[in-house]
Amino acid sequence: MSSTDLAALSNNAITLAGVLYFAALLAHLVEWSRLRAVVADASEVTVPAEASVGGTLVATGPGSATTAAAELPRVAFWARLGIVLTAFAAVVHAVGVVTRGLAADPIRVPWGNMYEFTISASLVAVLLYLGLHRRLRLDWLGPVMVGFTWVVLLAAVRLLYVPIAPLMPSLQSPWLVIHVLAAILATGAFTVAGMASVLYLVKERSQTRGRIRPGGYLDRLPALAGMDRVAYRLHAFAFPVWTFGVLIAGPIWAENAWGRYWGWDPKEVWSFITWVVYAAYLHARATRGWKGRQAALVALVGLATLWFNFVGINYFFGDASQHSYALLQVGAALAAA
Amino acid sequence: MDRPSAPVREPLGGAADRDTAAAAPPGLGPRELLRWAWRQLTSMRTALLLLLLLAVAAVPGSVIPQDDVDAFAAARYRADHPRLTPVFETLGLYSVYSSPWFSAIYLLLMASLVGCILPRTRVYWRALRARPPRAPRNLTRMPVSATYDAGRGADPDAVLAAAAARLRGDRYRVEHVAGDHVSAERGYSREAGNLLFHVSVLVVLVGVAAGSLLGFKGGVIVVTGNGFSNVLTQYDEFVPGGLFDPDDLAPWSFTVDDFEVDFIAEGEQRGLPRDFSAALTYRNQPGDEPRAYDLAVNHPLRLDGGDVYLVGHGYAPHITVRDGNGDVASSGPVVFLPEDASFVSFGVVKVPDAQPTQVGLEGLFYPTFATIDGDPTTVFPDAANPALSLLLYAGDLGLDTGLSQSVYELDKDGLEQVEADDKPFRLDMALGDRIELPDGLGSVEFDGLSRWVKLQTAQTPGTWLALAGVSLALLGLMLSLFVRPRRVWVRVRAEGAEGGAGARRTLVEVAGLDRSGSSDDPGELAVAVDALARDLAGAGPAPDPEQTPDQREQQ
Ligand code: HEM
Repeated sequence: MSSTDLAALSNNAITLAGVLYFAALLAHLVEWSRLRAVVADASEVTVPAEASVGGTLVATGPGSATTAAAELPRVAFWARLGIVLTAFAAVVHAVGVVTRGLAADPIRVPWGNMYEFTISASLVAVLLYLGLHRRLRLDWLGPVMVGFTWVVLLAAVRLLYVPIAPLMPSLQSPWLVIHVLAAILATGAFTVAGMASVLYLVKERSQTRGRIRPGGYLDRLPALAGMDRVAYRLHAFAFPVWTFGVLIAGPIWAENAWGRYWGWDPKEVWSFITWVVYAAYLHARATRGWKGRQAALVALVGLATLWFNFVGINYFFGDASQHSYALLQVGAALAAA
Repeated sequence: MDRPSAPVREPLGGAADRDTAAAAPPGLGPRELLRWAWRQLTSMRTALLLLLLLAVAAVPGSVIPQDDVDAFAAARYRADHPRLTPVFETLGLYSVYSSPWFSAIYLLLMASLVGCILPRTRVYWRALRARPPRAPRNLTRMPVSATYDAGRGADPDAVLAAAAARLRGDRYRVEHVAGDHVSAERGYSREAGNLLFHVSVLVVLVGVAAGSLLGFKGGVIVVTGNGFSNVLTQYDEFVPGGLFDPDDLAPWSFTVDDFEVDFIAEGEQRGLPRDFSAALTYRNQPGDEPRAYDLAVNHPLRLDGGDVYLVGHGYAPHITVRDGNGDVASSGPVVFLPEDASFVSFGVVKVPDAQPTQVGLEGLFYPTFATIDGDPTTVFPDAANPALSLLLYAGDLGLDTGLSQSVYELDKDGLEQVEADDKPFRLDMALGDRIELPDGLGSVEFDGLSRWVKLQTAQTPGTWLALAGVSLALLGLMLSLFVRPRRVWVRVRAEGAEGGAGARRTLVEVAGLDRSGSSDDPGELAVAVDALARDLAGAGPAPDPEQTPDQREQQ
């Protein structure tokens, strides 16, 4: 296949992935609306809070409405359809990302500009979600996850798209691959973690106000402590990756390319801010009075700084930052002249 | 079964959770007050607030151009904001990261860190040498516990011995209290990792400080064919560290023999650079054999006492100016600075020696000149059709005032623009052209073209220390985040009516406590505890993993 064919394939795959995520979203919406209809049955199937297994005295968790209701065949069908569609979308999405790199001449990693960074990071988020789905029992995250991914892909295609270009010389380094891969991995994980934190906050708020409708989505979310734990696990995975990416690989690369490992360039400043805020999040979880709600808020501030660094810096400080991908656009404008 | 009224969980080390910042009791003496202040400073909550404060304090430096980052942008910003500038200067907003208030925040944080690490290290040191604590009286009241009947014939001591062996195999530290219970603990490396992480933060800071105090940063533009020696006078910009003496500059030198750049000629990426590199010949010491090096982005030249990096490039047209007497008053390559990625470049020529009057030229260089819709422009960044378009000034260049002047700007205070036919006189020249100037000022010739490279030099001691610091920090972080410290207790209890042997049963009780503080997952621990109790009692494996006892929510 020629570069142009591959480029077209990549674009089509990303569009198709968007459509599939949307379909998955619909499936999940049907799943959750059906669940509402089965509130009454759900309470019957709920596992008793204390079970004695094999004549033992063992504490068990309160059976969650979600797992119980998911066993209802009609609901389970839609739930599974949502997951299958998501997995299918992820495969197509991955094809889009890979062919994007293959279409460049010479072949390169598909993360040289914001468009590519976005499609890659959102793919990482989906893969993490799918990979941890069983282990962390993430059914409840489904609608938010696919809905979010769909919006992000839409934004990437509509707002961020740029034609394929070779990497600027400063980007041609193995450290680019390592640094950006780490940044993408961490961004994906922080994003999924942030979704868990948002849902935590929403449920916490409704719970303290006593406004949770039985059988509704919020009611079917896991207990607060469980969501907090999922959020923590994801953050705890993402934080060292981010540390490695921006405080080790990034500086090594910067030293090689620009002669200084840390220069307080806007992009570096905001990576540092993100790091410090997430360090504060980890502290908050161990600080009385900050656990739970406050910690989740700090985590979301961290996520905001992370995204701002990615989108905002490129837009607002494009020319002040040595990390400016904006140069590519200048090149494109020149080519058009 | 009762739920435990309060989760049995001890804070890790001394500092965690020691954050209830009690108000200072009134009427304290100075010593107590000091101690109270220190306790406040080293509390977990203060550390948290200082971290958030540090994050906020870092923001302005990304919005306002910084002297240390981009001096040129900072100067322009100062010029554009004359009213704000005095305020900003006072607040140190043009050098946020070395300002007193920014330093104060991170120094406080470091003080807090030291005050936090020391007592925790002491506590940890003691914990390391201590035996696992004895079992609580009632194991079934622990957050996670399981009890199985081992049947009538079970020998309590054999069960305990088996428990001890099994837990040792799982890398627990085990204490066997004969005839009663087994206590076991593991995951000591979590706190070690946490301490390592926090100490490493200090190491990084020391490494970074060494680099900024003992090193230097320099910048210079060198036209191809020319050389450079590492002495202060040859630098365009030079920023020494606070403790760096420019006399200590190492005696290396190099010449820039050639510069190659490969622009993409076709397709949508037309005009983007694919690659560029400069061919250097360098010497570490004046007497050394010269050696060749291909300097490129991401491929710096490492010298003894400094490194050289390629950070930019551009064009230097050769311009020869003959004055009114026909003498050559100025000749050679003139550095023009690119305005953008198209490499349309701006430059000036100052000719102080011209007779009868000083002249100055200012204008643009086009690498591949073309006129589009009547406007001069370049259609490609490579030099396929180089052209100059200059304006002419005559008068006083202002070089004798004693004030320093940029070589890239004309000071027009004493100059007058030269006109011809009531229009500014413009010199539009292709390579090789020569133009006679009006008013008997002489002539200008565009007689050659070179390229220049912008080089950055730096010496940054402490880099390896900083790198070792972050690497250790990462290691500590991972231990701290992923190691799960746990305690497990096993007790064997005979139960039932005295005497009548048939009525007795032997209960194996196992309890577990997750001590990670922030990452406790009773679910996994419950599964492990249940499996252990089952095995010890000989009750066979759990029926179905999905059905194994799940966590008990503690909140
Ligand atoms: C430069 C400033 C600091 C940074 C960047 C930082 C960063 C971190 C990070 C990333 C963690 C998470 C790792 C873990 O959970 O074990 C952590 C944990 C911890 N930090 Fe810090 N820290 C700083 C200062 C301090 C200070 C001043 C204290 C003492 C008051 C402190 C006490 C702790 C404690 C006790 C934990 C363990 C929390 C837990 O049990 O999860 N830190 N810190």
